[in-house]
Amino acid sequence: MTTAVQHEKAFVRQVLGRSDYAIISELVEPGSKVLDLGCGDGELLAWLAENKKVTARGVEISPVRVQRCIAQGLSVYQGDIDAGLADYPDQCFDFVILSQTLQETHRPLNVLREMLRVGRRVIVAFPNFGHWSMRLSMLLTGRAPKTKLFPYEWYDSPNIHFLTVEDFEDLTVAENLVVERRIFLHGSRSIRMLPNLLAAVAVYLVRKQ
Amino acid sequence: MTVETQFAHFDSLSLDCGETLAPVTVAYETYGELNRDKSNAILVLHAFSGDAHAAGISHETGKPGWWDNMIGPHKAFDTTRYFVLCSNILGGCRGTTGPGSVNPATGRPYGAGFPVITVPDMVRLQKKLIDHLGIRRLLSLSGGSMGGMQALQWAVEYPEAVVSAIPIASTFRHSAQQIAFNEVGRMAVMSDPDWKGGDYYDSDPPARGLSVARMIGHITYMSDDSMREKFGRRQRPKEELSNGFSVDFEVENYLRYRGGEFVNRFDANSYLYITKAMDNFDLSNGYGSLSAALARTKARFLVISFSSDWLYPSYQSQEIVRALRGHNLDVAYCELPSNYGHDAFLIEVGEQTELVKHFLANTFKKAA
Repeated sequence: MTTAVQHEKAFVRQVLGRSDYAIISELVEPGSKVLDLGCGDGELLAWLAENKKVTARGVEISPVRVQRCIAQGLSVYQGDIDAGLADYPDQCFDFVILSQTLQETHRPLNVLREMLRVGRRVIVAFPNFGHWSMRLSMLLTGRAPKTKLFPYEWYDSPNIHFLTVEDFEDLTVAENLVVERRIFLHGSRSIRMLPNLLAAVAVYLVRKQ
Repeated sequence: MTVETQFAHFDSLSLDCGETLAPVTVAYETYGELNRDKSNAILVLHAFSGDAHAAGISHETGKPGWWDNMIGPHKAFDTTRYFVLCSNILGGCRGTTGPGSVNPATGRPYGAGFPVITVPDMVRLQKKLIDHLGIRRLLSLSGGSMGGMQALQWAVEYPEAVVSAIPIASTFRHSAQQIAFNEVGRMAVMSDPDWKGGDYYDSDPPARGLSVARMIGHITYMSDDSMREKFGRRQRPKEELSNGFSVDFEVENYLRYRGGEFVNRFDANSYLYITKAMDNFDLSNGYGSLSAALARTKARFLVISFSSDWLYPSYQSQEIVRALRGHNLDVAYCELPSNYGHDAFLIEVGEQTELVKHFLANTFKKAA
């Protein structure tokens, strides 16, 4: 890795403050067409538009966040991810990104299939429910796990479909997907061993066969 | 900022109904300066009862424009950066040729002899004005309600001339409910004996019918919440026990006031012609489908709807957005939270300003 690239990585981390964003921004090719699902305030899209010159589109359900996105000049649609992709033609994006939202969707498999329909490549980042702290929390307290990674009470958690690294690996096999990259993180640290136990966040770059 | 309405005259205008209107006058106002390469022009399109006086203080009446909170220095349509225009629509009664204008063939007002007009006819006249001013491309077009319909029509009819469009609280065609309310309004006008088949210009206008039509309109522009907030069940002061049919409630007083005020500034025949044009409008006409119509456009879109607008509900804006997305066109969409109903685009402009201002800035930057 060159110094320049290292520098960019550090910069991205600093700007975006989320390590999965840093990884995603590396995976996205310059000048590509990108759709970010659950794009929040648009920080990732804005960064990609500015620095990678991508054609940026987003979907976000919160009107306040959509306003912030549009105020940055981003073309963001206020809508629900579960229903929102049906209108797009097949393969009209180079990258479709779903960052830490898969576990919040009502029909995650349907969302993933739709992403693969409209995008040539799909980037999925999700919090790993198999992390040791979750397992330990459940084992020791006997209650729905509450950790730094999943800080919610069971009744107010936006997370409705928990998944682990292994679960996602199984799904890629069942759906016959090609995994081009898999990156595991804990904070900004990259995890190389025992990802299902040690990774807080997993980032996958997948495509159809 | 005092502004004066200007007038442009054209020899003729061909209409969708096959007739030709000749001559035609357009009333318009402009705000800000056109830049050297004429790339900063924005056409603002008024809603059903609006006029060319969109911003500033009218030299003639001393009143602010209907979108003065949106257009001006450093406002959403920033007149220090953009050249903003607004013209009165064809069929109107505020300076542009309409049923109240004199028919040169008879020397009398057209009345019900005015040809049937359509939203595309209105847009064709606006295009004449833009050409007349030497502007080849519009940086943006924006309007609420019927203004949004015109913006959509522009984007489809003149794809080369439209860089971006901002339809607000609008639709690509009226629903049965929207047509129904318009029909009740028209019936109120036409059942007033003073209407006289549209030939009332030498006598009293059908003021009662027109004011009832406007009262109905105002109900549809508000929401249950905004009416509760504004009037509740507050009563008018009473001196003696009324017979039961006088104005007891504030809401009655408001509607009667608005109805009466409308009569002074609006022509009943314009009411009929314009509401018919709105009802007949269907962007998909001639293209087979909304998707096929929008496939022609090259514009960026910002589509805005309001949560409490039940006259032009959000689903209608979403239909437009979905069709645009079907072609992977550049579209941003937001449903703004508001209690003001359909009126929100005229009243609740804080968040709308932020969206429009930044969308325009970004569009201008990209177009440069």
